[in-house]
Amino acid sequence: MKRIIRKNRVRSFHQARWNEPIIFELGSAGERGILVPKAEEEIVEKVGNGFDSIPKGMGRSVPLKLPEINQKRVLMHYLRLSQETLGGNINIEIGQGTCTVKYNPVVNDKLAASEKMSELHPLQDTSTTQGILEIIHRTDLMMREISGMDHFSFQAAGGSQATMTMASIVRMYHRLRGEEEQRDEIITTVYSHPSDAAAPALKGYKIITIMADENGRPDYEAFKAAVSERTAAFVVANPEDTGIFNPRIKEFTDLVTAAGGLNCYDQANANGLYGVARAREAGFHMCYFNLHKSFGTPHGCGGPGSGAVGVISELRDFLPKPLVEFDGEKYFLDYDIKNSIGKVRAFIGTPQVVLKAYSWIMSLGAEGLYEVAKVASLNNVYLIKRLLKYKGLELPYREDVQRIEQARYTMEKIAKDTGFSSGDIARRVMDFGMHIWSSHHPFYIPDPLTLEPTETPSMEDLEEYVETLHHIFDEAYNNPEIIKSAPNNSTIHMVDESSMDDPDQWCPTWRVYEQKTKEE
Amino acid sequence: MKDYGFKNHPYIPNSGPEVQKKMLDYLGLESLEDLHAEIPEELKLNRPLDLPKPYGSEYELRRAVEKLLSKNSTTKEYLSFLGAGCWQHYVPAICDEVNSRSEFLTAYAGEPYNDHGRFQTLFEYESLVAELLDMEVVNVPTFDWGQAAATSIRMASRMTGRGEALVVGTIDPDRLMIIENYCDPGVKINKLAYDEKTGMMDLGDLKANLSSNTAAVYFENPSFLGFLETNGSEISRLAHEAGAISIVGVDPSSLGVIEPPSAYGADIVCGDLQPLGMHMNYGGGQSGFISTRNEERFVMEFPSRLFGVAPTVVEGEYGFGDVAYERTSFGNLREKGKEYVGTQTALLGITAGVYLSTMGPKGMEELGQNIIQKSQYTIKALSGLKGVVGSRFDAFSFKEFVVDFNGTGKTVEEVNKALLLKGIFGGKDLSKAFPEMGQCALYCVTEIHMKEDIDRLVSAIKEIVEE
Repeated sequence: MKRIIRKNRVRSFHQARWNEPIIFELGSAGERGILVPKAEEEIVEKVGNGFDSIPKGMGRSVPLKLPEINQKRVLMHYLRLSQETLGGNINIEIGQGTCTVKYNPVVNDKLAASEKMSELHPLQDTSTTQGILEIIHRTDLMMREISGMDHFSFQAAGGSQATMTMASIVRMYHRLRGEEEQRDEIITTVYSHPSDAAAPALKGYKIITIMADENGRPDYEAFKAAVSERTAAFVVANPEDTGIFNPRIKEFTDLVTAAGGLNCYDQANANGLYGVARAREAGFHMCYFNLHKSFGTPHGCGGPGSGAVGVISELRDFLPKPLVEFDGEKYFLDYDIKNSIGKVRAFIGTPQVVLKAYSWIMSLGAEGLYEVAKVASLNNVYLIKRLLKYKGLELPYREDVQRIEQARYTMEKIAKDTGFSSGDIARRVMDFGMHIWSSHHPFYIPDPLTLEPTETPSMEDLEEYVETLHHIFDEAYNNPEIIKSAPNNSTIHMVDESSMDDPDQWCPTWRVYEQKTKEE
Repeated sequence: MKDYGFKNHPYIPNSGPEVQKKMLDYLGLESLEDLHAEIPEELKLNRPLDLPKPYGSEYELRRAVEKLLSKNSTTKEYLSFLGAGCWQHYVPAICDEVNSRSEFLTAYAGEPYNDHGRFQTLFEYESLVAELLDMEVVNVPTFDWGQAAATSIRMASRMTGRGEALVVGTIDPDRLMIIENYCDPGVKINKLAYDEKTGMMDLGDLKANLSSNTAAVYFENPSFLGFLETNGSEISRLAHEAGAISIVGVDPSSLGVIEPPSAYGADIVCGDLQPLGMHMNYGGGQSGFISTRNEERFVMEFPSRLFGVAPTVVEGEYGFGDVAYERTSFGNLREKGKEYVGTQTALLGITAGVYLSTMGPKGMEELGQNIIQKSQYTIKALSGLKGVVGSRFDAFSFKEFVVDFNGTGKTVEEVNKALLLKGIFGGKDLSKAFPEMGQCALYCVTEIHMKEDIDRLVSAIKEIVEE
């Protein structure tokens, strides 16, 4: 037998390419994907065919143009499309900085798929849902300890909805104190998530954005000047999306508290902080965690997730209702929340996600969470040092400031030298079964890359990632054609996006595409 | 806290002491404590978190969580007639097969290349729902019906520059709370009166309330209380006459047999995808959609992502991308974008796409027909009981209907308690949310209810009210 030599510096990869039609192009008239139960004869005898009871003019007259496809072909279509999707559990997922895409343990999904979870109706008598309520309550208690807050609501189903929940509490709080009109400003920072600006703006606030100082930290003097009797709240991530922690955060929150405002902590970047530092000690009145980021529950292509909002006891009665409570004997839903902002999502949020987070915490415990924080930071600092061996890649602001769990780099020099933007490089990274993400817009840091390894990758994974990026940077200088044509080994080739911003051209659905591209 | 931590944890490859030493050496650091150098001492916790001891193995974890879950009794163990915003439908096995695949389950925000499948499935979901609704634009799903309605109203308010919305009086009070919070401040929400006998919107009240400040009129079909609003054309006409937008919330499971709102003048259609292949998950299966015509003035008001199809540089390949991305809070605009966008319920959109392509037009039609037959049968049978009115409203109901217990001398609470003892979840008690109706309950019957289930309910109620 010949010995098989595997000495490639980078992975030889090609993503699945099925070139599947659009679903409307599949099947043929009369094909069925599934049969539906029919009403029994006795029912038909009593009430007829059903159609005749529909009031005049209310029966469907518009033809229903769904495709007709046999079940195998439907399944084949979706399985093929799944192969053309690079889930976090499949690749070395370091390149979606700020998103904390870590390993999503399979066992948690198996537990959540149990009929004991999936087949519960939210309005069942709570005597029949004690199990899930207990899980939610226990998770609440653990989140309190992790953050130092006094009560949690799991109603928000995502981070931006949680930020909106916090902004709603801010508004209600000042309203009841008679200061709603006066306090019309919310302060955030430039490297906090865009939703920290956008969600409070929805709640009617004027947004003040604090820029970074020369060290990449929120400018204290500018902040001090911004805080006033008009300040309703301060909404901030720390570390920010650059991975830089603001060590003076307590001075910031103290200023806001003294001015009568509230401090709201976006803990989307909490993965490097478990057991190290908490919201309470930093002077926050409320915070939220993304269970689908930091607590290991899957992102599901963009939800459903859970934005767990925690508050200090003085703000408990502003939370959305109902809250899960325990009276010493049984768990129940407390609707009697006197200053409640009302509701942000139907029922009590996404309990199946809370279940997965509970299971995740219970597989780690306090020591495990501390290990997560330490290793997420270790991996990040290691990755930074390894990546920066490449001369063109730089860490903006001060390189000697230790990042926490992620880092925002700049490829400005590579872009200047080679003409390739971070978007061009990103297209080439796909050719190796990986992913890099630039940053949220606008690009305050030129040609950014935001990388967040989390605790998930092994040393070997980190090395493969570094080798691949270095290889691609080399290509940018020495083999530009391969970057220009990238992706070369992905599912599809470069998309012509010129129609996307043109109302005459864009096609947000198949029927619009069919109308606009009809052959004469 | 030196040497504190969970070493060699299976989820944390670099938690082994040897590899950690290697990495620390490379970094020139002594120990893990040298990380977090940026966090000042006074902010550090400097003590272990006080949390329950973790389970020692995956087996023990699974055993313990399953034990907790076993305290639940499900709608498979009890016979359930609960609806009210979350409905029990059959979930085709193919839906679970597709949405539990790691590829979809653990993907997030990849590019149109490495996540081509995610873009295509969501584009297809948008397109399939557009066919069901007879509309042209559908968003990547938002959180739930309440959110979809709230955003629809915000869209209308921005389009018209007006600050008030009139909403149907029979709206779910919980959904109304979501809308009110989301629209506060900026859009005032006013509830309209409804006809006590038929449940229909009081058109006189609508006319009296429409003004030059009305951004939108919002109503639902079927209504929260189950009946069809048959004056949709007139409501839309009146709204348009006043320069307002007509918004209709709709149950998509009805649209195989019921006319879509486009046919009676709706400008924006919204609703919940949960009936289309989502397990109830104690309320965690809700997922909202918003839909409009393909007009720039509508499209530019969506806060959501809209995936569109486009060519690639290779002939014969479909590519995808974001339609008018700049309008979102992910564009360059931050707080000046339309509302905000972020993690919502994309996987449930993909699942709804699988559901609709599996069901096809015939499946959706048969589903609707079946639901109507079974709900009509239940109404009829319940009406035969002493003191019970099977459907309080003189109107046609689709899958939910208001059962009136006022004539039984029993409260809904009493009836439901007695049903629970018989292994049945009775309908949602409406006596608190709609006190004007007295003792009424909202029952839901779908394709999963077989005749024997319905007959069991009817005989159980008979025993309870006639005892």
